[in-house]
Amino acid sequence: MNLTLKIWRQKDAKDIGGFETHEVREVNPDMSFLEMLDVVNEGLILRGIEPIAFDSDCREGICGACSLVINGTAHGGHKATTACQLHMRKFSDGETITVEPWRARAFPMVKDLVCDRSAFDRIIQAGGFVSVSTGGVPDANAIPVAKEDSDQAMDAAQCIGCGACVAACKNASAMLFVAAKVSHLALMPQGKVERERRALNMVAQMDTEGFGACSVTGSCEAVCPKEIRLDFIARLNREYGRALLHRGGG
Amino acid sequence: MKLDAHIPSGPLTQKWDQHRFDMKLVNPANKRKFDVIVVGAGLAGASAAASLAELGYNVKCFCFQDSPRRAHSIAAQGGINAAKNYKNDGDSVHRLFYDTVKGGDFRAREANVHRLAQVSVSIIDQCVAQGVPFAREYGGLLDNRSFGGAQVSRTFYARGQTGQQLLLGAYQALSRQIGLGRVEMYPRTEMLELVVVDGHAKGIVVRDLINGVVTSHAADAVVLATGGYGNVFFLSTNAKGCNVTATYRAHKMGATFANPCYTQIHPTCIPVSGDHQSKLTLMSESLRNDGRVWVPKRKEDCGKTPASIPDSDRDYYLERKYPSFGNLAPRDIASRAAKEVCDEGRGVGPGSLGVYLDFADAIARLTEPVVRERYGNLFDMYERITGENAYQQPMRIYPAVHYTMGGLWVDYNLMSNLPGLFVLGEANFSDHGANRLGASALMQGLADGYFILPYTIGHYFASQKQTRITTDHPEFKKAQETVSARTRRLLAVKGKRTATSIHRELGKLMWEHCGMARSKESLTAALQKIPALREEFWSNVRVTGENGSLNQDLEYAGRVADFLEFGELLCLDALTREESCGGHFRVEHQEAGECKRDDAHFSHVAAWEYQGEGKSPTRHIEPLTFDEVHLATRSYK
Repeated sequence: MNLTLKIWRQKDAKDIGGFETHEVREVNPDMSFLEMLDVVNEGLILRGIEPIAFDSDCREGICGACSLVINGTAHGGHKATTACQLHMRKFSDGETITVEPWRARAFPMVKDLVCDRSAFDRIIQAGGFVSVSTGGVPDANAIPVAKEDSDQAMDAAQCIGCGACVAACKNASAMLFVAAKVSHLALMPQGKVERERRALNMVAQMDTEGFGACSVTGSCEAVCPKEIRLDFIARLNREYGRALLHRGGG
Repeated sequence: MKLDAHIPSGPLTQKWDQHRFDMKLVNPANKRKFDVIVVGAGLAGASAAASLAELGYNVKCFCFQDSPRRAHSIAAQGGINAAKNYKNDGDSVHRLFYDTVKGGDFRAREANVHRLAQVSVSIIDQCVAQGVPFAREYGGLLDNRSFGGAQVSRTFYARGQTGQQLLLGAYQALSRQIGLGRVEMYPRTEMLELVVVDGHAKGIVVRDLINGVVTSHAADAVVLATGGYGNVFFLSTNAKGCNVTATYRAHKMGATFANPCYTQIHPTCIPVSGDHQSKLTLMSESLRNDGRVWVPKRKEDCGKTPASIPDSDRDYYLERKYPSFGNLAPRDIASRAAKEVCDEGRGVGPGSLGVYLDFADAIARLTEPVVRERYGNLFDMYERITGENAYQQPMRIYPAVHYTMGGLWVDYNLMSNLPGLFVLGEANFSDHGANRLGASALMQGLADGYFILPYTIGHYFASQKQTRITTDHPEFKKAQETVSARTRRLLAVKGKRTATSIHRELGKLMWEHCGMARSKESLTAALQKIPALREEFWSNVRVTGENGSLNQDLEYAGRVADFLEFGELLCLDALTREESCGGHFRVEHQEAGECKRDDAHFSHVAAWEYQGEGKSPTRHIEPLTFDEVHLATRSYK
């Protein structure tokens, strides 16, 4: 198949950036989207032009590195699919495809399709953990956990931290990301001990980073490659409210 | 050079306990006086960095990814072994130890493996305390499953994403320490040189991948947890970024590289679809618990749809050849069996490089919803990649490079022959011998980081007088200049080939000459072709852009340059090891198609010492002795 790519190029954070058009010939439908970009990049390198910068690593949908807005939708709009798992058979011959980076104030641009998502790391550092050090912990079976709770915790814990939720949100809110971690740990007895501190600190850090507010439109859930559910945001709100009631402040 | 493994004396079962008592301690108030550099933030690196910081050491942690949460440990699917015997099916520390030594085809150190089996139980406790949502039963206790190569159910898992959940546990522990200011984290930073002063590892030189700035970092010890070298084959199940650079550059500074020829080819990966292929995807081995592997009995049937081939015309070759283990035969054996039937012309799918993994019987026995609950995410992944529905037709799978058992040589304390340089996880060679069993990599990475290094590093600090080195030392200046000169050289070639095309050629050469079957002829040919390809690289590669900004082409070219040297070492090791064992199969050494070891001549670790450019490396030997385990021919029949 033959395609036209409209790709965002931006030299660095200061550059204003813009779209560049590339005609791509003889695309194999079994290629992944990133493999198609690899082919484009090899062509550019041979012409002495810098290849298109984009993040990717595992290329099997779990590391969360890839971060492309394809035809206006984070990861390209196929159910439970990251850009690296999106295959060219999902496009049609002759199609024009637009490729852009995540765009959010809290994710500053680095280059082309690469942005800086370290804000997510700082939110986790503010409280997205259980404060246990190595050693001196009870036997793994000492505390039974209801299967339903553990399964729900796993539903939330699957978040890959890609940031598609932020990219899709009109307010660039990070609520789904924060909700996933707060819910995962609040559902496990091991994480319940610090649930209040955690909710308050993570939300405070989220606000400091400049993410927007949540207006519950659900666009985050729609693009999430791990299908993290919107009801975790309800749980985050409950956890946060509970913490405020018990501790005050916020 | 004498390689002393420093294995403690005394009975096997008491070595680790006794050693922990014998090791010197660093006073709690003095720990803050020691600086430790950890390179890599996967299971081994993140768990080590977090644990060392908790103890009070000053830690700097480096990774090339944009966040420590993205290290490739995250992609491990199946599970993690531990000798908990929660299933009451006869497991024990000794059985896990025995299975691992046997699974490694008797080419691992007994003492290390026994310690690994001992600490395996603590790992599960630790991860549960961190909130890792392992699979559970309705009574609230942890669930287990059996996994390739084991006859007991000792594998703990979190759906098909066990690596992800364990890594996030370690990442969260690390994040806590970063938040507390005890670990300084350097993401998007690549280690490009190890700095050695008076024979001791004293720091590293790194390049900031965002702006190209090269900086020096001094420390009292350097810990490499930088993963394996599977990408020397270009196509593997490794992440695109996985590379040998950190360990290979340490090797060039004097660290010996052990058993590089021990590479694991995983039997259940999605077959290659075309020349554009950038990596291969593993389908978890857990699928072999319920899937049956087969090919048509006759070549002529290979083009037919699988449903039209009656049971009587199918060859369930694993069940036929290995009746007691059947579809659960260890990885190396299952991979070779797949290659064998494809070599006979009985492979299926494009290029006839594939075998069926069929769930029809499992669906009939368990119903589709049960199969969906167990493996749904894997079936979905298969469909995304191939466009085929594996509930309706069998999956097609083929072996692919997955894990590398070789790595930098370390002693019992996980310290390389360079004092102060510790190596953890897949980056070292220590525990898996010539073949790794399923669900053992996660166990080893976390054992090293949580429960071994924190003790042994203190012993190193307390045992010798430390000389403080600062980055003003001439060795740092020299290393920085080496890095800058290499960068300039890469950018100056301005040739006509991409680094990818040369890497792809290297990978093809390695796979054909040093893959699932190796021979004197194939390896000798590879040893002639690799230097020529390296020459081609340095005279004809095209690297675009400049040093001073994010330049993925430049990063990648540097890694390919190291693979082009390392590939030669791998082939040389394979040529020298005149026997077959585990993942290393020399066609000259076989008995009825199975590995034929030569214990009289090769019951040892081969550790290679770098001698300089254009010179042959020196092969050193660490003999392996087996006191507890009886050396036997590994049989899964």
